[in-house]
Amino acid sequence: MANKHIIVDPITRIEGHLRIEAVIDENNVIKDAYASSTMFRGIETILKGRDPRDAGLLAMRICGVCTGTHYQRSIEAVEHAFNVKIPKNARLVRNLMQGSLYLHDHVVHFYHLHGLDWIDITSALKADPKKAAQEAFKWSDTPHGVGEGELKAVQERLTKFVKQGRLGLFANGYWGNKHYKLTPEQNLIGVAHYLEALDMQRDMSKMMAIYGGKMPHPQSIVVGGVTCVQDIKNPARNAEFKSLLTKARNFIKNAYLADIAMAGTVYSDEALDGTGAGLKNYMTYGGYRLDDNEFYKASLLFPSGVVLNGDLSKVIPFDQSKVTEDVTHSWYSANAPQHPFDGTTIPEYTGLKKESDGLAYLKTDEKYSWIKSPIYDDNRVEVGPLARMVVGVASKNERITKYVNSFLDRLGHLLGLDKAAPASVLFSTVGRTAARAIETEMMADVMMEWIDELSANVASGDHSTWTEFDFDKVSKDAKGYGLEEAPRGALGHWVKIKDGKIENYQAVVPSTWNAAPRDGKGRMGAYEAALIGTKVADPNQPLEILRTVHSFDPCIACAVHIVDTKGKELGSFKVSTSCSI
Amino acid sequence: MDRRDALMKLFSAKGVKVNTNRGEAYYNRLKEMMQKRLDELSNTPAVTKTDINKVLDAEGLSRRDFMKWASAITAMLMLPASFTPLVAKAAELMNRVPVIWIELQDCAGNSEAILRSDSPTIDELILETINLEFNETLMAAAGHQAEEHLDEAMKRFEGKYLCVVEGSVPIGAGKEWCTIGARGETFEKHLLRVSSKSAAVVAVGTCATFGGVPAAAPNPTGAVGVQDIVKGKPIINIPACPANPANITGTILHYVLTGQIPELDHLNRPKFAFGYRIHDNCERRAHFDAGEFVEEWGDEGAENNWCLYKMGCKGPMTFNNCSIVRYNSGTNWPIGAGHGCIGCSEPQFWDKYATERPMADSHFKAPTGGVEKTVDEFGLGLLSAAGIGIAIHAALSATAGKKEEEK
Repeated sequence: MANKHIIVDPITRIEGHLRIEAVIDENNVIKDAYASSTMFRGIETILKGRDPRDAGLLAMRICGVCTGTHYQRSIEAVEHAFNVKIPKNARLVRNLMQGSLYLHDHVVHFYHLHGLDWIDITSALKADPKKAAQEAFKWSDTPHGVGEGELKAVQERLTKFVKQGRLGLFANGYWGNKHYKLTPEQNLIGVAHYLEALDMQRDMSKMMAIYGGKMPHPQSIVVGGVTCVQDIKNPARNAEFKSLLTKARNFIKNAYLADIAMAGTVYSDEALDGTGAGLKNYMTYGGYRLDDNEFYKASLLFPSGVVLNGDLSKVIPFDQSKVTEDVTHSWYSANAPQHPFDGTTIPEYTGLKKESDGLAYLKTDEKYSWIKSPIYDDNRVEVGPLARMVVGVASKNERITKYVNSFLDRLGHLLGLDKAAPASVLFSTVGRTAARAIETEMMADVMMEWIDELSANVASGDHSTWTEFDFDKVSKDAKGYGLEEAPRGALGHWVKIKDGKIENYQAVVPSTWNAAPRDGKGRMGAYEAALIGTKVADPNQPLEILRTVHSFDPCIACAVHIVDTKGKELGSFKVSTSCSI
Repeated sequence: MDRRDALMKLFSAKGVKVNTNRGEAYYNRLKEMMQKRLDELSNTPAVTKTDINKVLDAEGLSRRDFMKWASAITAMLMLPASFTPLVAKAAELMNRVPVIWIELQDCAGNSEAILRSDSPTIDELILETINLEFNETLMAAAGHQAEEHLDEAMKRFEGKYLCVVEGSVPIGAGKEWCTIGARGETFEKHLLRVSSKSAAVVAVGTCATFGGVPAAAPNPTGAVGVQDIVKGKPIINIPACPANPANITGTILHYVLTGQIPELDHLNRPKFAFGYRIHDNCERRAHFDAGEFVEEWGDEGAENNWCLYKMGCKGPMTFNNCSIVRYNSGTNWPIGAGHGCIGCSEPQFWDKYATERPMADSHFKAPTGGVEKTVDEFGLGLLSAAGIGIAIHAALSATAGKKEEEK
């Protein structure tokens, strides 16, 4: 049997429009993969000529999921250009807002976007709630919301839903696929937390709204500081934040972490095999300022750096001048890779290849995506929670190492090893998903310190939230960059300002790094590389592709379909619309 | 134009006046119509058989919570309290209205917003109870299976489903640039296909309603809102960036109640939500009248919640119920967090309003692209007239404030 060419479009449960095409050999192993973003808006072009003070609000609309993070980066790029140092209160508020985003985003990602790649909802119907309640104690000493009675209620609710005959959002999932490995009881725990997390995330979003006015798309950050002075001055407001944080932290520790330990154990063979590892080059811009030192001289919660080939013994210092973007395979025109300060965004759409089967394929030899290919000093790299944990451990960062080791110890224990699980398990799809949970716990803990620090600082009489600057003077000719660690990874905005207006604007963001197509040298992007070598149980249900792509938490919308290498669709894999439950 | 005239003109602008009491005859007729509609719905075979009382039990909510929610929604829809039982009944029947939610040139902000749907928790539950057939951000299926499910749902609920659209549609230079599905269907064709079989189209967020971010100057892709290309279907616009989930739920509920779309203003926005000027219901309004303004971020005014007009607040030009409903279960709203309104529920707000300076000081790109103009150079269009009117009011208030101090 010849190779097959799979298209998955739309890839759902992500932000944006994404398509994946993959070539699968006779053993159903992925031999080649292409990632393509099929949506373009031109925000960088729209920003040109605007007042740099207003750029943040518009730049934020790049994404409604990692909302607020583009806002902060844009504002910080301008502050960097103007050399405006923000007050301590403003720094802490920004950290808390971005921290709230981490908690919200990571929980929603694991349960609502990624969870259904691991949890088979239909299998939960067969579970014994009593056994499931006991099972939960294997993964946490204080399980969250999964007592026998609670699980029974969840199961009844689910059964009722299924009996209605319309599965709505749950229709046509890959249910029953043999690469779903959790037991019915474990699936029931997962489903219970899926529903509980729907409730939790609403509370988590309130945290950002306390200092941000609303979420998504908060509105309280300005060049020079923040505007929410009356919120931080109000002890009841800070206490409200802390109480929501406490509740979120309990859920993270007793549900999220427990479920990751459970999935990590059940899917440990894939972690140990390194399924979905991909590039194994990791990069962070660094993020979360912990003191009020000069730009890019403050100590950071997440250190910046580059680790190549999974070698944890060496960290290369990150230097923003070594970032370039290549458009050989992207729908833009440019002569050579460009640094973001001088980057251009000139569309050159060459379209898809329509075949006689009615499907449209990526022209993979030419241009095939709206995402550019960022390169760091001649390396393709992966960014995200895993990169943060890897760079943190390799940099011997005390805090990060502590959280990573504690997870590896626990996993080693659960797997019945005498020692901690090897750090190499992190280099996998499972590891990528686990790294996100590890850092969520760390973030919830450190936010407890920050909220106390903020309350104490305000109580000491410091109400300062904004630093004055002479706009006309500083905006004549300036350039700067805002670099941070967004939930999905290294996120940077570069701005050039001339006579009070934006002259050039470029953003090189996590999904640019991860979802990029091949570069001028034919080297793959992170998604593409991570898919290579993965075995697909059933090409008609490319569950494994979704799982690996989702493990990066894509921030673009996508697509995947199946055809043979001659470009014919395996038209026969029609799946019955009535769910198999 | 003196201050009174300027304000009179603003407040009596056509299409934005809300009539909150239409007299007994009107309401009796409406009630009859709703009752008939609900009876019809009760007699149609249920799409899902969820019994709201059982779901309430499962959620740990009492009938009382539910009725409380229903009465809040009744008020929001600007109906007399006697309509509460009908609203409650409509919520119970909501699962008979299937919803297909598609995403175009978007940021998923509205999908995210609906996830945080307003308190009480019942809204979330209603979302579960309405029949959300397709939503790319949340649905389990992907690729072929997702497309197949969409086709099946469109066929099965032909002429019955609400087509919710998030994101703008490129029809200019970018007409072919954005595609969805294995066949590489362009966004425009996708929208026309999915909306063609719907009962009505609900555009959520400012991108879907007026083009929003992608349509901001110079509009690189030629992006427009849904109403610019979908013809022959009722269209409801629920703008804001993102739309308030309470307004989305309210609109759907209204549709269930009456089988018709709610009363709309001249921009096709439901009056129940967009009949309010931010400025009129603002918690800081008294400071505006007293001439107490924030003059720069973090100053004495900022610490004391004074008016943000001079910091670029566009509350006087913006119609939305944010000041009443607020966001994230009533936790806060932009003016509450000390930042001015950026006019996000108004057309072309990125080119007109989204600055941190008052209208007269705003240097923004002309929507026609390229040429830089200040608002004054636009002439006496409604917007600048409104801006000037308010500026006059602000100046007078400031003077009044000073006089008071002198005393």
